[in-house]
Amino acid sequence: MPTRRNFSYYLSRFSILLVVLIYLIPIYWIIVTSLKYGSDISAPFPKFFFKITFENYQKLFASKYFSQLLNSIIIGFTSTILAVGIGTLSAYAFSRFKIAGEDDLLFFILSTRMLPPIVVVIPIYLMYTVLKLRDTHFGLILLYTTFNLSFAVWLMKGFIDEIPKEYEDAALVDGYTRFQAFIKVVLPQASTGIAATAVFCLITAWNEFAFALVLTEVGGKAVTAPPSIVSATGKTGYDWGKVAAGTFIFLVPVAIFTFLVRKHLLRGVTFGAIKK
Amino acid sequence: METEPTEFNNPPRVGSFARTSTGLSDYQVKMVFIMPTMILLILMNIFPLLWSLVLSFYKYRVNRPDLPPEFIGFKNYVRLLSDPDVWGYFQTTAYFVVTAVSAQFLIGFGVALLLNREFRYKGLVTTLILLPMMLSPVIVGLFWRFLFKSDTSGLINYFLLPLLNFVQATPIPWTTDPKFAMVSIVIVDTWMWTPFMMLISLAGLSAIPKYLYEAADVDRASNWFKFRWITLPLVSPLLMIAILFRTMDAFKMFDIVYVLTREGGPGTATETVSMNLYKLAFRSFNTGKSCAMAYILLIVIVALSNIYVKYLNQLKREA
Repeated sequence: MPTRRNFSYYLSRFSILLVVLIYLIPIYWIIVTSLKYGSDISAPFPKFFFKITFENYQKLFASKYFSQLLNSIIIGFTSTILAVGIGTLSAYAFSRFKIAGEDDLLFFILSTRMLPPIVVVIPIYLMYTVLKLRDTHFGLILLYTTFNLSFAVWLMKGFIDEIPKEYEDAALVDGYTRFQAFIKVVLPQASTGIAATAVFCLITAWNEFAFALVLTEVGGKAVTAPPSIVSATGKTGYDWGKVAAGTFIFLVPVAIFTFLVRKHLLRGVTFGAIKK
Repeated sequence: METEPTEFNNPPRVGSFARTSTGLSDYQVKMVFIMPTMILLILMNIFPLLWSLVLSFYKYRVNRPDLPPEFIGFKNYVRLLSDPDVWGYFQTTAYFVVTAVSAQFLIGFGVALLLNREFRYKGLVTTLILLPMMLSPVIVGLFWRFLFKSDTSGLINYFLLPLLNFVQATPIPWTTDPKFAMVSIVIVDTWMWTPFMMLISLAGLSAIPKYLYEAADVDRASNWFKFRWITLPLVSPLLMIAILFRTMDAFKMFDIVYVLTREGGPGTATETVSMNLYKLAFRSFNTGKSCAMAYILLIVIVALSNIYVKYLNQLKREA
């Protein structure tokens, strides 16, 4: 049956185009602004045609931005590896063994993630002040690991639940110990899930702002990229060209990683509540 | 005929004592696997939260170590709960949560209905729209502050120029006028999180069996009838999950307010509970009082998430 190109057809095409534009334009504008001279950025009307320059990126190289981006990478990757590692172990235990008060424990694990970050960070701030962990890589890694751990446990439990028990049972019969069966049978089966969970943890740690804001000093040694971009105001407000350049560099890895996990996105953003 | 017992006709008893001779027993494995999580959560969550519970009964400033904490009982709580400003912050938060989540729900579900058909570049379009919710809220908020600039050099005002000229209005001071500040926060949050609603709606819509619609077509049902009696009832459980998720998340919103309206400005026009808590704890360093405020917020959140988990379990049982 040929499609009738009626009014509703054109309406839906137009709406899709409109939605795409609403999402593309801000992102396009970040890229464009990062390539403009300051005078073009502060022009009385937005300039759509302009002379391209890389001076904003050169300014970034001259600043501490890249060392702060490196902080983000170190803290993000270390905390992700720890959270996914520890989380996968617990998820396996929750998935395969009977645990007293399992539902309550799982809820407790999740509740730590449901609290507003500012509620969590006040006591952490006090604790880190005493332990002298403020503005250290270790302090942020420890906090991000804990923060992502609940997410990793919930998501990995979902993935491990889907692996048939029979595989391990067969391995156990073949004389594997429980631990060997976990390493040699379960982990390879769960590798896609582990990768997806890791990407979500990495993005969360990479994007995190409130903890980093409170627990680092402006210009301190453990400052990550988000507070660094936000606190970079000069005397006359933000240098928007520099902000756009920093933002663009900051967003590219997220875009790539999002593309990689697009099939698991639904699961990731709902703590594994919705599986597809 | 007798068969030799093999692994196929003699399934292993998982967790039986026969296995404990080699390696760790199941019980030991269970404990070793769960312990690291529990230790970390106790050290980094339970202990600090208990500490702040104790401090919420004290007058204490973390930036003045020379002043010892002074026990004042429930005074922090009494002061907070009898302070009309505090109720104001809760109202601001509630206003934000209700407007933002309803906007996201309506637009997200609407766009999902549009996207729930085949068209060219569908995969590309979907992936593109999903990107914003993976971005850092604070960075998105910061850049929107640039788009929201109060003169015509801001992209939003520039696009609105024909309309503004028509009604003879001046460019809108989005983030600096108390009337528009909350609107701009809702717009940014909606831009970020509508895709979330859309994604979940799409999952629900694509799971509806096609034969239901075909049966309705045979009966010459109207489009409205199909939407009302097939689409809505079948997607509504998923939509409820989406709304609950977003409500909990919007309730703790901090990043966008921090950067878009400069810590809840102008004045306290956009000061949400989280924002107020931040100021109390890290601007005026009223540590004891901020701990009390954190506990009030914590109780609200725990109540909300209990409702949420109960609902989720109920859905699981029905499925």
